Amino acid sequence: MSIFVDANTRVIVQGMTGRAGTFYTDQAVRYGSTYVGGVRPGKGGTRHLDMPMFNTVAEAMTETGANASLVIVPAPHAAEAMIEAIEAGIGVIVCVTERVPQHDMSRVKAALEGTDCVLIGPNSQGILTPEQCKIGVMPTRNAQPGSVGIASRSASLTSEILAQFSKAGMGQSTTVGIGGDTLHGVDFVECLKRFRDDAETEAVVLIGEIGGRSEEDAAEYLRSVDYGKPVIALVVGRHAPKGRRMGHAGTLSVLGGDSAQEKIANLRNAGVFIADNADDVVASVLQAQARAKAS
Amino acid sequence: MNIHEYQAKALLRTYGAPVAAGVPITSLDEAEAAINALPGPVWVVKSQIHAGGRGKGKFKELPEDAKGGVRVSFSPEEAMDNIKEMFGNTLVTKQTGPSGKQVNRLYIESGAAIDRELYLSLLVNRETGMTSFVASTEGGMDIETVAEETPDLIHTVDITPSQGCTDQDAAKLADALKLDGTAKTQAVELFKNLYTAFAEKDMSLLEINPLIVTESNDMQVLDAKVSFDNNALFRHSDVQELRDLTEEDEKEIQASKYDLSYIALDGEIGCMVNGAGLAMATMDIIKLYGGEPANFLDVGGGATTEKVTEAFKIITADPNVKGILVNIFGGIMRCDVIAEGVVEAVKQVGLPVPLVVRLEGTKVNEGKKIINESGLNVIAADDLDDAAQKIVKAVKG
Repeated sequence: MSIFVDANTRVIVQGMTGRAGTFYTDQAVRYGSTYVGGVRPGKGGTRHLDMPMFNTVAEAMTETGANASLVIVPAPHAAEAMIEAIEAGIGVIVCVTERVPQHDMSRVKAALEGTDCVLIGPNSQGILTPEQCKIGVMPTRNAQPGSVGIASRSASLTSEILAQFSKAGMGQSTTVGIGGDTLHGVDFVECLKRFRDDAETEAVVLIGEIGGRSEEDAAEYLRSVDYGKPVIALVVGRHAPKGRRMGHAGTLSVLGGDSAQEKIANLRNAGVFIADNADDVVASVLQAQARAKAS
Repeated sequence: MNIHEYQAKALLRTYGAPVAAGVPITSLDEAEAAINALPGPVWVVKSQIHAGGRGKGKFKELPEDAKGGVRVSFSPEEAMDNIKEMFGNTLVTKQTGPSGKQVNRLYIESGAAIDRELYLSLLVNRETGMTSFVASTEGGMDIETVAEETPDLIHTVDITPSQGCTDQDAAKLADALKLDGTAKTQAVELFKNLYTAFAEKDMSLLEINPLIVTESNDMQVLDAKVSFDNNALFRHSDVQELRDLTEEDEKEIQASKYDLSYIALDGEIGCMVNGAGLAMATMDIIKLYGGEPANFLDVGGGATTEKVTEAFKIITADPNVKGILVNIFGGIMRCDVIAEGVVEAVKQVGLPVPLVVRLEGTKVNEGKKIINESGLNVIAADDLDDAAQKIVKAVKG
């Protein structure tokens, strides 16, 4: 089991013919994921990486039975690509593109309203269910199947922590990069809900940082349910500078967004086991699991 | 990207916002013409720097009891005296830090007869994904304080992107601000226009504090702060032209040329890391062992040897740096590229301080080999924890 994607996920790539698109599609196929086609207006009917190309997402879905899309197009076109996939009714969209304009993401969020589409990203390393499905740009060498679910706002930190997991022989059910941008698709809460329902996931690790309310929302959700599985969180940015400019952070904090310390306190109050720094995550997972067993 | 108040007002004026007449000056030679261009009887001389709190700010070079960075003048002579006293001096506000900012631009504006001061801002709401208006009857003060002490005086209205700011949205705001008569009619028009400006120009923040109601019950934009979404500047060449590089940290400008994300801090340990999250985690762990990071520097996922060399130069140019920690976890990034960049940089700028390098990931053995064979005096570290301990020890002894 896993969340969002598994061995049955059939993936198309929007932007497959670009340099990054070609590279990461090839990597994912080599990893053993099922990729079934690509989308690029004007390239319909051609082939790329030995897969059929289509002009539209809708066409690609009809012809290939695709249920997920990797969006790997330049930032100026990313929103239109996501909106096209949402309107075509695809189940899962993973957008790895960085620097998508905020106002464009407003339109993407509006398009998502009322649909069942799951958007992962943008500015995400993607999603990985080890040995079943990779949609994204993350390295896979330290990933292995197992029982810890990971949801993260940081790609680099996830790589760091997966290396520690690997050394400890600890595997993952699914690793989700929710993305580093202000406006993004699925949040910690949605990941927590799915991991809770996933029989294989025995513990959940959240990798958070300053800014936004993802951690606060996660804490609020965890206080509202009897979660039943240990949750471990690392929140970085305790010493990052904030609000030096034009009262930026000031105005934003009118709408929420606490410091790392407040986020940590909030999560701890919700029963989350806190990893004090990036090197402590594996130890924290083991402690949290031992504590859960004892109680 | 931030712009000055006078630039923000000029931009908002093109969207029909009521803004007082004003003239910016960038040298004292322009002062007299600027004063004469305005009718009086009140001239307001405003320091143009990218920081808030100007009115309560103090000039470093002037006596403690001298007036602040925004001065009301009741004659052309008084305006001129104020301009001469302010121009070129260093204004320290609660947002500039103790070093302050040199005032190289002044804005001379006609004074207004204020009846009430209100607060209005637009920003993209993280939670709803929509543009939100934030409004309060408590204008002219720090909105943070208002939010903390009297949260019920803060009103927010979310705007549906497909519809834009409707008459109903605007009226709701006007009512929350207790506006009536001509002020209300003008405000409804103003709010709709501000939304259009915010959306069309890809702003990330538009803050009017205060927005005023004059004694004749007219609306006027008395101050304006605008920030633009850097990720959308590619489609706004007119906005790019408003950038004032003298307001930005030199090292940050240099970094942005090479697509590096750099923020200068006050500590003594320079950091070069790939990825924002890992960079913050590295700073946190340095603090844990008693060190202070000198900067945040994310070389990104696609760094080249040239980028790494440049990053290294920027770090070593900071005189406060007493040690450098390079922490690279090569996911997408190759360790050999990083290693070559570090070796190249040291060749160019020398290595005046201890350097701890932690490399992990793609082509890690090649990377370590390059460093080892370079003959550089580099302290190798095995993991994040080890690296942080070693650099703190090297700096603190």
